[in-house]
Amino acid sequence: MQRIYLDHNATTPPSPAVIEAVAAVLREELGNPSSLHYFGQRAKALLDGARTDVATLLGADPSDIVFTGGGTEGDNIAVRGIAEALEPSGRRHIVASAIEHEAVLNTLKALSRRGWRCTLLSVDESGIVSPDALRDAIGEDTALVSVMHANNEIGTIQPIVELARIARERRAIFHTDAVQTAGKVPIDVKALGVDLLSISAHKFYGPKGVGALWARRGLRLQPAITGGKQERGRRAGTENVAGIVGMGVAAREALAKMAAESSRIGELRDRLETTILARVPGTARNGARDPRVANTTNLSFDRTEAESLLIALDLEGIAVSTGSACSSGTLEPSHVLKAMGLPAHRTQNSIRFSLGAANTDADVDRVIAVLPGIVEKLRSLTRPAVGSRQ
Amino acid sequence: MSGGVDSSVAAALLAEQGHDVIGLSMQLYDQSGAQSFGSCCTLDDLHDARRVASALGFPHYILNLERQFADTVIANFVNEYVSGRTPLPCAHCNSELKFSTLVERARGLGAQHVATGHYARVEQTPDGRWLLRRSRDLDKDQSYFLFSLTQDQLARAVFPVGSLTKPAVRAEARRLGLRVADKADSQEICFVPDDDYASFVETRAPSVRSGAIVDTRGETLATHAGVHKFTVGQRKGLGVAAPTPLYVLKIDADSGDVMVGPRSALDRSTFTASRVNWISREAPPGWSAATVQIRHRQRAAPGRVRAIDSGRAELEFDTPQPAVTPGQAAVFYDNDIVVGGGWID
Repeated sequence: MQRIYLDHNATTPPSPAVIEAVAAVLREELGNPSSLHYFGQRAKALLDGARTDVATLLGADPSDIVFTGGGTEGDNIAVRGIAEALEPSGRRHIVASAIEHEAVLNTLKALSRRGWRCTLLSVDESGIVSPDALRDAIGEDTALVSVMHANNEIGTIQPIVELARIARERRAIFHTDAVQTAGKVPIDVKALGVDLLSISAHKFYGPKGVGALWARRGLRLQPAITGGKQERGRRAGTENVAGIVGMGVAAREALAKMAAESSRIGELRDRLETTILARVPGTARNGARDPRVANTTNLSFDRTEAESLLIALDLEGIAVSTGSACSSGTLEPSHVLKAMGLPAHRTQNSIRFSLGAANTDADVDRVIAVLPGIVEKLRSLTRPAVGSRQ
Repeated sequence: MSGGVDSSVAAALLAEQGHDVIGLSMQLYDQSGAQSFGSCCTLDDLHDARRVASALGFPHYILNLERQFADTVIANFVNEYVSGRTPLPCAHCNSELKFSTLVERARGLGAQHVATGHYARVEQTPDGRWLLRRSRDLDKDQSYFLFSLTQDQLARAVFPVGSLTKPAVRAEARRLGLRVADKADSQEICFVPDDDYASFVETRAPSVRSGAIVDTRGETLATHAGVHKFTVGQRKGLGVAAPTPLYVLKIDADSGDVMVGPRSALDRSTFTASRVNWISREAPPGWSAATVQIRHRQRAAPGRVRAIDSGRAELEFDTPQPAVTPGQAAVFYDNDIVVGGGWID
């Protein structure tokens, strides 16, 4: 069966150049970057090269890049590291958006059990955080504000420049989870005005299990993982050299292709979205049309269990998602759509299509050809407990 | 696919026979780990099911049926105990989840049939009716839990292990190289942690009726904290000291009275059942001879049955039987064929 992958916000396939680079390191480079000898020096040089490539993707200085074990780890190092560093100051309040990834939300839950006060900014149907909401929530004791650059489920891009400015005026640290924008939209950490920014390699055709955290020079950040002096003491443990080299290659490729790819993928996405909305009755887009990352569309199908739709599409060889991929592999109503105030028939019946490098016009044609029939069949056969507006 | 050996072998046998198999598992309660729940269909079990599907090369999906499970099986379970009855959740799970919601979902995916790991057999008669029969393994037979299936549901049901004995199923699992081959059998009631029904009911019921433990003359012997703690035929935990053992005879949820008496007073010959399902044909007029089973893992006793008003039936044992328990099923058989069944009043 010809399979069509439309779940690039969950993960992307490593590019051929990435695979080659990772394999070459595994095959040929045995050194530990901390070792002083020849082998160690070679490995260290590879890290430096990758660090420069990743820094270039973010408009950052290479020495401010900390390699991590991925997006979740970067979010944890940032949020926990700031919380621990600022705890003695007595500022024990954190503000985040209600549509953050679990990596941030569950870290905040852990901190609130330790006495931190957390405020979650709700959003309206647009799925975009309002700067006024942040102005209202932020206080003298606010230590950290964390708002994602783009949402993973609906793709909406948040007004980070403005939000970071508000935080700065109130002397709060600002972190953004840029996992869904890195490699998709231009990022310049200085122009954004943030203090911390985390990214993940496997969302832009790099390997899984490696990411990066950019931290503004001079920022006090308690290490979440203690051990050796790797990554300037911010992330102890022998570096994942092959993965990091792969991330560097992915960063270079993403930067080179960004403009062309985002416009090509954006056209595919728009055609997919408008055609489904036009051809399948009882559908709606979730979240604002703009500003949005070019590859993502999130649609609700009335009177159709998203679970069944996902499975039926998968059996046709079309891989989609119902929001964020969950570790148990099961489906919960999306916390993002709930935070947007959408009714149950929208939150429980939503499907995310996230496109990527390998997708073509033919893929979109195929989805458009099979989807309406599947939805019609499910609506005729099933009796969804939730999903009727009648 | 619960992740146990029976449904794993059921799926594997079908896949091996060349059927186009889709594995479905039901997630029935919150798996986030904050709260300890039951012993079956846990995250580990669902992963076991996934591994079986992956080893045999067919797709596997987990359906989140938490809400439906809470609204049907758990609500009924709590409600029955609060009403002084003893629930039979497995039968409700079969008729209200596995052979309704799950079947609907499966049809939406283009599946013609739904196979489970039940120990029972489905057969079609020459005139097109569907028969439900006991498993060949009478120790494992689960036809008792399937009495409420309709002809439409039976037409779509497949029980690949129904003709096998449990040891044969385990042998098949080993032959197929399934790692669940030696997995322990699941509990009868999967969702109650530590078998503590009373606490489970108390945390979910708006209120429970306390009252008195009375003897057959209505004299109060003791007080009790809730009718949900008792089941007809129960001997332990009555909190009454008596020279001869006492058994629960009757539970009145309105007054809160729990009547106890000697073993001999438990025996009954006649009783009625409601919402009776006559599986393969209309209820015959008048009495029919049948063997009648009034709980799981109990031999059916000879007797007779006849339909009475509004979906009910009257049943009679040839010899009085102990502990006819309201809320349990009365299933009547013609040899190993399930003629029908209903809920004991």
